[in-house]
Amino acid sequence: MIPFGFAYCRAQTLAEAVAEYARCMALGKTALYYAGGSEIITMARAGDIRPDEVIDVKDIVECRGMERDELGLSIGAACTLNQIKEAKLFPLLGLACGRIADHTNQCRITLGGNLSGSIIYHEAALPLLLCDAEASLFGPEGERRVPFADVFQGRLRPLPGEMLVRVRAPVWALAAKHAHIKKTTNEKIDYPLVNVTALFYGEALRAAFSGVCAQPFRSERMEAILNERALCPAERARLAVAALPERAHADVEGSGEYRAFVLEHTLKKLLEDWELGSL
Amino acid sequence: MVRYEGKTVLRLRVNGEEREVLARPSDVLMDVLRDQLGLTGAKPGCRNGDCGACTIVVDGWPNKSCLMLAVEAEGHDIVTVEGLGGMSAEQRAFVEADAFQCGYCTSGFLMVCHAMLTQHPQMPEELVIEEWLQSNLCRCTCYAEIREAVLRMYGTGKSS
Repeated sequence: MIPFGFAYCRAQTLAEAVAEYARCMALGKTALYYAGGSEIITMARAGDIRPDEVIDVKDIVECRGMERDELGLSIGAACTLNQIKEAKLFPLLGLACGRIADHTNQCRITLGGNLSGSIIYHEAALPLLLCDAEASLFGPEGERRVPFADVFQGRLRPLPGEMLVRVRAPVWALAAKHAHIKKTTNEKIDYPLVNVTALFYGEALRAAFSGVCAQPFRSERMEAILNERALCPAERARLAVAALPERAHADVEGSGEYRAFVLEHTLKKLLEDWELGSL
Repeated sequence: MVRYEGKTVLRLRVNGEEREVLARPSDVLMDVLRDQLGLTGAKPGCRNGDCGACTIVVDGWPNKSCLMLAVEAEGHDIVTVEGLGGMSAEQRAFVEADAFQCGYCTSGFLMVCHAMLTQHPQMPEELVIEEWLQSNLCRCTCYAEIREAVLRMYGTGKSS
């Protein structure tokens, strides 16, 4: 039971949602855009947040569905992780979505929710960072389209009152060679100790990480090392870990040292598989 | 645009029947099903989306009713364990396979199996079954029997 009340608004259009958000702000109230709602309900029940209103965006046409054309794939922010997985249109993103929470929750959690939430892992962001996806947002100033990496720094960072509408992945990424490796401390269904997500652009490896540091990231410096094929896989893995953009994350799931250790061995195995042509 | 504030009469379609409930927008569906409609099959466990004891089926897909607002259920088809009727293929399979001890998790597992049978009328591959069942916890550790019940549900169990 959520120990307080809030108002609920089900918007039918982007303009309605943004106007309602602005109306709440003007009244000095807090509003949250709401889709799957799992994190909002959990945090409200625990007393970590206390919104005055939630604005449900699931019915907004622009936030729904997936569309494939000759240039790429457009995915609505209100698509559930399970819809993305079952569609099999972007296999790497499908793999990522299929390892977030459990299957029943995947039927509920949306792409927008995973990218926007306060839980630090945001594993659905990794394939989008790797393919140079585009994000479409809608706010008080209307629609804007920007590189996904510009609005995702650790988590989705829209402007005040803005909401994510869709993301778009380029066509090359939909059929590119890829790898998704998620290591957890205990159970299969858990937050990542180390998540290595890799996508090949031609013969160049791109890699993004979650669980390793305090926020998910893609590092061009690490990618340059991983692609230095004159070096053996073990050496490249060691140097890549040494080039982490910040100290490895430490929490109850694992120390920073342990995470770095697991990452190094995961990268070494990935590079060996790549060299053997077994990816 | 629809907007609710304070207690509101909601019209829900549950187990094929139109029902009215009086709920706040912040009330989760599990509490409304249990407290207002007397449908106590959805069990409160962790109330955090982890254990799956409160699982129901929404539009053919499994859903943890502790992580869904009652107000969101408007316009959707809700099925609880009471809606299975008592002699469904899933329920018979669980009885035949002795797939429970204390029974607290059973309704949640049954609803996952009901959704699985809806989405996969033919038995899916092993990995799919594993993924679906991993959404629920059984503290009596009847997992082997529950797996056997799924096989029986699809007509491939030991005595089938």
